[in-house]
Amino acid sequence: MTITEKILAAHSGKKKVDAGELINTRVDLILANDITAPIAIHEFKKIGARDVFDKNRIVFIPDHFAPQKDIKAAEQCKLLKEFSKEYNLSLYFEVGRMGIEHALLPEQGLVVPGDMIIGADSHTCTYGALGAFSTGVGSTDVAAAMATGECWFKVPESMKCIYYGKLNKWVGGKDLILHTIGDIGVDGALYMAMEFEGEAIKNLPMYGRLTMCNMAIEAGGKSGIIVPDGITRKYVKGRAKREYTFYKSDKRSRYVEVREYDCSKIPLTVSCPHLPSNTKPAAELNKVAIDQVVIGSCTNGRLEDLREAAQIIKGKKVNPNVRMIVIPATQQIYKQAIKEKLVDIFIDAEAVVSTPTCGPCLGGHMGILAKGERALATTNRNFVGRMGHPESEVYLSNPAVAAASAVLGRIGTPEELGL
Amino acid sequence: MIIKGKSWKFGNDVDTDAIIPARYLNTSDPKELARHVMEDADKDFSSKVKSGDIIIAGKNFGCGSSREHAPIAIKAAGIQAVIAKSFARIFYRNSFNIGLPIFESEEASEKIKEGDEIEIDADNGIIKNLSRGETYNANPIPPFMQELIAAGGLVEWTKRKLSRKNGQPS
Repeated sequence: MTITEKILAAHSGKKKVDAGELINTRVDLILANDITAPIAIHEFKKIGARDVFDKNRIVFIPDHFAPQKDIKAAEQCKLLKEFSKEYNLSLYFEVGRMGIEHALLPEQGLVVPGDMIIGADSHTCTYGALGAFSTGVGSTDVAAAMATGECWFKVPESMKCIYYGKLNKWVGGKDLILHTIGDIGVDGALYMAMEFEGEAIKNLPMYGRLTMCNMAIEAGGKSGIIVPDGITRKYVKGRAKREYTFYKSDKRSRYVEVREYDCSKIPLTVSCPHLPSNTKPAAELNKVAIDQVVIGSCTNGRLEDLREAAQIIKGKKVNPNVRMIVIPATQQIYKQAIKEKLVDIFIDAEAVVSTPTCGPCLGGHMGILAKGERALATTNRNFVGRMGHPESEVYLSNPAVAAASAVLGRIGTPEELGL
Repeated sequence: MIIKGKSWKFGNDVDTDAIIPARYLNTSDPKELARHVMEDADKDFSSKVKSGDIIIAGKNFGCGSSREHAPIAIKAAGIQAVIAKSFARIFYRNSFNIGLPIFESEEASEKIKEGDEIEIDADNGIIKNLSRGETYNANPIPPFMQELIAAGGLVEWTKRKLSRKNGQPS
């Protein structure tokens, strides 16, 4: 069996599961945010369950339109707070304690290897980086699981992506996953578990792994996963709030497809409007002027991402035609960024640093594009209207390319700045 | 169940931001969401679409976010069903969970033209194009999904499951 099949089998009380089989599994953690939880709460009440299945395994995080951007958003956030109080949920994160959900949960050790996690947010697939099965579902799925502690699944086929060799300078997890999506398309892994492995993955730090698994959904994947190893062990040590299990894929596991990549041929990669699969080498886009740069999100708002951007922009200024918005994904990241003087570097460069929020990534607040404006962002989607006006444009890149481009005023690479 | 209506055509990879842009997600009121349905794919759609109409799309319909607001907006706009070459998985789940009928059919997706009158025999997965006198087959709906439809969605299905567990008749 693959690691995915093993985790699903263990959570459905079976010795073995096969791809295509429909199973009912126990879930270790359920997650919803201020966009998706209000519907989940409404549907949960309709079910009429006496209580939630476990008050310590339901996470409510207002992070999308929080800090509350308008009255309607405030009303939605209030529903989460009230429900959490009513059912005595221990994992409700108020502004000040919250962070972007998929950065916060691994950081706090609330998701652990071997877990089975569902979240009413498509980027729930992020936790595969820890060797967990995690996937996005809808609000009604969350409502049902809050009542029963269970969820139905079709066991996915697995697809393996192997990355050989060493990464080029400034190339990271974001480039690997953008390149892969560019190769297989936005439905190239539809319904599948994407398993990432190879020399480059073995050497890829946890933040890069989180970025890769985070964007499995952008290839249509049900999940992304990396077999846990020494890097995983080091990451979860001292954080994990629960017992965990390391699963690995058997040598004779079945994969519907195996894709192999030579990392020496993977350049700094940018996704052009309006699909993440529309990728081009960053170096070929040096005529594309930009109005805004966003560094943040559940994809690339971690401390190492900020360090990378700071390293590029240190001692330089953001181009006068550009506004640069940096969003640390959690309070802890924010605090550490202050301590390491990364925030000083950004402010000295005339960038703005925001409190944690998903904000501009989904066109919510904190950096919305006007008609005809163009952004380069370290976020995950560049669909029509994703960051604002339907006639604005979003390009996606890693933090180093985004920071270099902020200085250049157009899409460019760190090399152009002599880095 | 027989579903009959006029068709509206969309292309491949229609994402959930096109179906219901995130800027409207500060509410989950179905009526308000319906006012903006498909807005970033066709800004006049909500004023053109009539109750009972059917959406026809290409591959990977509903890709992107997990927002259940997408099938809710479609349903609340009075659209009776969506036919596509394929669906993104969370949208697929969500549609069955909330009771929006969806059908996978490559042939129907390719051959139906905007404005065609369509009749869907949901139980047997047969799609008739009344304007062109053609018939297409939809992929069979998996047994569990049929169970969900028969129960009236995931909430009702879960209710029954819980009452069985608690030893009460459903």
